[in-house]
Amino acid sequence: MTDYTKLLNSKVQNLKPSGIRRFFDIANEMDHVISLSIGEPDFTTPWHVRQEGIESLRRGKTWYSPNRGFSELREQISKYFARRFSVEYDPGDEVVVTVGGSEAIDLCLRAIVEQGDEVIIPQPSFVCYEPLTVMADGTPVIIETKAEDGFRLTAKDLEAHITPKTKLLILPFPNNPTGAVMRREHLEEIAKVVEKHNILVLSDEIYGELTYGREKHISFASLKGMKERTIVVNGFSKSYAMTGWRLGYALGPKEVIDQMTKLHQYGIMSAPTTAQYAAIEALKNGDKDIERMREEYDVRRRLIVDEFCRMGLTCFEPEGAFYVFPSIQVSGMSSEDFCEKLIYAQHVAIVPGTAFGDCGEGFARVSYSYSLKHIKQALESMERFLDEL
Amino acid sequence: MDKLLELLEKNPEFSAAQLASMLGESEESVRKRIESYKEKGILKGTKSLINWDKVPGSGVWALIELKVTPQPETGFDDTAKIVMSYENVENVYLAASSRYDLMALVRGETIQEIAEFVSKRLSTLDAVIGTATNFVLTRYKEGGVAFYDDETEDEQRSLMM
Repeated sequence: MTDYTKLLNSKVQNLKPSGIRRFFDIANEMDHVISLSIGEPDFTTPWHVRQEGIESLRRGKTWYSPNRGFSELREQISKYFARRFSVEYDPGDEVVVTVGGSEAIDLCLRAIVEQGDEVIIPQPSFVCYEPLTVMADGTPVIIETKAEDGFRLTAKDLEAHITPKTKLLILPFPNNPTGAVMRREHLEEIAKVVEKHNILVLSDEIYGELTYGREKHISFASLKGMKERTIVVNGFSKSYAMTGWRLGYALGPKEVIDQMTKLHQYGIMSAPTTAQYAAIEALKNGDKDIERMREEYDVRRRLIVDEFCRMGLTCFEPEGAFYVFPSIQVSGMSSEDFCEKLIYAQHVAIVPGTAFGDCGEGFARVSYSYSLKHIKQALESMERFLDEL
Repeated sequence: MDKLLELLEKNPEFSAAQLASMLGESEESVRKRIESYKEKGILKGTKSLINWDKVPGSGVWALIELKVTPQPETGFDDTAKIVMSYENVENVYLAASSRYDLMALVRGETIQEIAEFVSKRLSTLDAVIGTATNFVLTRYKEGGVAFYDDETEDEQRSLMM
């Protein structure tokens, strides 16, 4: 028998599998599970965008694209980012089109981090930052954000975790799973620390179009002096409901994008051609789609927050993405226990907060990327569950 | 567009309190608006959407085009009123078309029953100068809801987040 443990990369073997999987396994074995667990839009890609993808295939556009992505797409990305977030990027050498935002995160970490470098990761946050940092030979340094701070990263906490080895800060806002956003005043405080300690920032702004309430999302790169220190990661998945097309991009200083493009060129070649044609249409004529979906999410968000509060689940008001992160401490159970009992008792699937970092203990992630009817049904089942505790 | 009406149209099962949450308004204000819509005849009630295609023996439907001579003063209204008074007529619309003026959706037990209804009840009306009967074969979408190919594919979606 071959002993694979000796043959396989030990760093990979030591990576924890995503904490969400166990719940999907349970859910998959049950009939009629009402899930509030998925992390992608429930909308299908707008029809005019799909049509452009189809049209490109009809015209036989089936070849590789340039490594960085089609120049028309990069130009549209550059225009879009200037129009929506007021930062200008040169489509020639400050943009690289990737296979989803996830690839851009991976490229960025591998282009910047080397053995011994520390990467600061605020948690709770998306599950990929820590393992990808480890695979890039970096050392993850976790900052636990707190409910009382609105799950924002504070300058004080950041300062306290910086060492001479710190190279990169990951800024995951609007945040999955908490729905937290960083307003201008919060970002400015962070910028001061970043400047002072001469570090780089990977700003994951994939949910940048999905913020609710008075202010729009502020890109970290739009802050004075920060463009030269920031790699912005964004994509089409969340804003245009294009998850399956697998298309994202990174924006940043030429020097960084050049290195990321090299890795991209060797590992991926180029992002999917069909998806790029569709994305051009999305950027040209899709602003109204973003608005339509955002308004729909907002209606669901308000409903779910009010209903949770009424049920006695304390709920920090999420201002971005499409998740709420209620405290389940009133149940006296751990997050894992709560979610497991809920799925067995009422067939409702939500994700324990601990899937997004240890500090997610006492919370659960609930996605409202579902129809109002579906949400209503799930909420009624959750209320029955709480009543029976 | 009125957001409250849009929500009511798609989600009649929500309470006034829930609608108020969704709109960021007070429950009181939502209740008042609903009352006023009812008084003005804007809100006409709620109805279940049923895909009769999936119910064997539920009958047949036909879209009937009616070419009508308009009357002085009342135009097409008098004829429309007579057509809509039949209980087997579900919808009646006035259309801007060169081919016909009124369009009625009619339900019957059998094709013969509808054919008979058209020839005896509708064609014989004084102002009606011609009809065309279009039988419904498949309901693809009704009331904004897809009836055809509406299987969900959730289980094929990624386990990632």
